[in-house]
Formats: sequence, structure tokens, C-alpha cells
Amino acid sequence: MTDSSTHSSSSHGFQLAQVNIGRFVAPADSPEIAGFVSKLEEINALADRSPGFVWRLVDGSGMDAMGLRPDSGDDRLQINCSVWETIEALKDYVYRSVHLGMLARRREWFERLGEAHQAMWWVPAGHRPTVAEAMAKVAWIREHGSSPQAFDFRDPYPAPTAVTGLAG
Amino acid sequence: MTDGGAGYGDLDVLAVLNDPVRRQLYRHVAAAPGDVGRDAAAEAVGVSRSLAAHHLDKLVEAGLLAVDYRRLSGKSGPGAGRPAKVYRRAAGEYAVSVPPRSYGDVSRVLADVVERAGLDRELQAAARGAGEAAQGDPEAVLAARGYQPFWDGGVLRLRNCPFRALSDEFPALICGMNLALVEGLAAGAEWSVEMDPCGGGCCVSLQRDGGDGESGEGGESGEGGEGGQV
Repeated sequence: MTDSSTHSSSSHGFQLAQVNIGRFVAPADSPEIAGFVSKLEEINALADRSPGFVWRLVDGSGMDAMGLRPDSGDDRLQINCSVWETIEALKDYVYRSVHLGMLARRREWFERLGEAHQAMWWVPAGHRPTVAEAMAKVAWIREHGSSPQAFDFRDPYPAPTAVTGLAG
Repeated sequence: MTDGGAGYGDLDVLAVLNDPVRRQLYRHVAAAPGDVGRDAAAEAVGVSRSLAAHHLDKLVEAGLLAVDYRRLSGKSGPGAGRPAKVYRRAAGEYAVSVPPRSYGDVSRVLADVVERAGLDRELQAAARGAGEAAQGDPEAVLAARGYQPFWDGGVLRLRNCPFRALSDEFPALICGMNLALVEGLAAGAEWSVEMDPCGGGCCVSLQRDGGDGESGEGGESGEGGEGGQV
């Protein structure tokens, strides 16, 4: 259900991976978070059928990533990781769909993180990032700022022009 | 509100609107939900097709309108005729202030601070209050504030985002603020307000409570009302 594309129709054999982390203001099963949890299925289904969507990271449930713990020492830290054909496709979903309504309510559910909480990077088409790989990208952008290795919407980088020694 | 500053260039662009027919044509095209052909524009403004074409092309030259080519007949292939020119509002923003003012720069700095401080909910509360303070029918208030409302079946959509440059840069913050503002505007009336992005306009849409479907028909506010805005 989370793998709608095996071909690489764009960007010279590369696809866009993105990671987004957030820390809940309260435990995941608390009333404070209930509004977020109740929308999750709908918003994930919307992603799955959005143009340019390729794949998203899920936990053992196969439904969403709520069960993943990107930081074993922090029960409230959530991760969201997905792969898209292009930056535009991701942007259309994030900022030009009803998902925008979720963003507008982000401070009801998520703490403000003092440093970067998202990163994007190009992967060979078909590659599926791991939690560790995604967290390393967040660490990279925190240390180096937006760069070809890890960037953000404000300062995006184009896909590499040729595959050089990377296996798909 | 341009980044390049309210310099002479913007004044030159806006001076093109000095001609009354041209200004009417601009208003019509800018407020229309979709692209507008020459015939429709000429008819809306009540001038000849050739005069409308002349002024529309002047507006394109100045950068106020964008042009595209389309077969309006719906036919294609040989025999469908030449594609017709269709017009829509250009994306560029132009502003002139005398004496010079830079509210855009200030708003960008303020938005950055509010975003970094995580004050989304405080901003939304203030915006809701500002919306509630406005008097009058929400549709009229939205029109007066430059949202360019139009009826899409029973849904009132907003053709223009008055905060475009800022909402591009801080979408979650500014669109959340705007949603609260519009909710405030509609608070006294029987409207429901939703985040419902579509096309290049404002991401908020409204519906009259209890009326699924037909409020765009008849007397409420059909498309005939769109001419006088901007």
C-alpha cells in the first residue's frame, strides 16, 4: 500500500527522500494528541494517492510510523519519512492540500524544536531510506545547513545529473 | 509589495492601469476564476474585440497579465482553428508608496521571529480577534480585503491570497493565521470555514451552513458580482 511506483519517471533516476521529526507535547495516547491521531489515517491516505508519491516509512502495523522510535531515549519523538518523484510533488502535498490544515495546528501537538527538524535529499530511484539514514540527514543539516547532502524547501538542490557509482 | 523595493519600475508598471478601459479589463481578468478570452473580456467591459485585444496585450507587455494559447472551441487536430489567446493575472506583485514604505520587509522579520518562537496559536488568536472586529457580511468583507471571492457551486472560494509573498515563505504560520482571520470574519454569520487549497488562490474556502449546494445560484452573489473588485 505504500509503494506506488517502481519506475523512475523523472530526475535522471533519482527520487526525493524527505524526513521530518517532531516531539509530541504529551504522550502519544494522551488527550492532547488525540486530534492529531484521529487525522493520521486520512492524511496518510491522501499522501498515498497524491501525484508523485512513491513510498513512506511505516512501523510494524504497516499503517503509519507512530510506533517508530528514532531516539530510543525519547518516547515522544516521532519520525515521518517518505520518498517522492520531485520536490514539487512533495510541496503540493505538504503545502497545497488539506495537509496544510495539519501544519496550521502543529503547535497544538508538537513542541517547537530549536533546530532543524526536517531534511530532504536525493536517492537513487527505488532506494528506501532507513530511520538511521534519515536521522543522519537531520543531523547533517543541523551541522552544515542546507547543502546538496541534506536541504530544505527554502534552499533546495536539484537532483544529481548522473548516477555515479550508486547502486539503485 | 515587491522585493525590489517600491522603485520607479513598479510605478511604470502601475501607470499602465491609468487608462479606464484597460483598468476595467485588468479587474475583470484578475478576478475571474479561470483564464479569460478576448471575446469574453470585451463583452464584460463593453468594448469592441479589437480594442480589448489592444489593451489586454498592453497589460501583458507591462507584466500585469500573463497570456496563454488555447483552443476555446474544445476541438483539436486539423480544422479546429488557430488557438486563441487567453489571459490571466500575472504572478508578479507591484506596489507604490509615497513616501517610500517597506511594510513587506517588516512583516518578513516579524513572521520569522513568530515562527522561531513557536507562537502559532498566539498569532491565530490575534488574527481571529481581528477578523471578529470586522463588521459586515463575510463575502463583502473578503471582497473589500482583496480576496476576490467567487462561487464555485455552493462553495465560496477566494481567487487571491492577499498575503502571497509571506505565505510562500511561511506557509504553516501565515496560512494558519489567515484561516483564523477568515474564521473570525465569519464568526457572527452562519458560515463554515475550511482549509481547502485549490489552484493559486487563498487556501481557505467557505460554505453557508445548512445550504449544501446551491447558494451560488440566483440572488446571493453570482458571478456577475466579480467585476467591481480589486
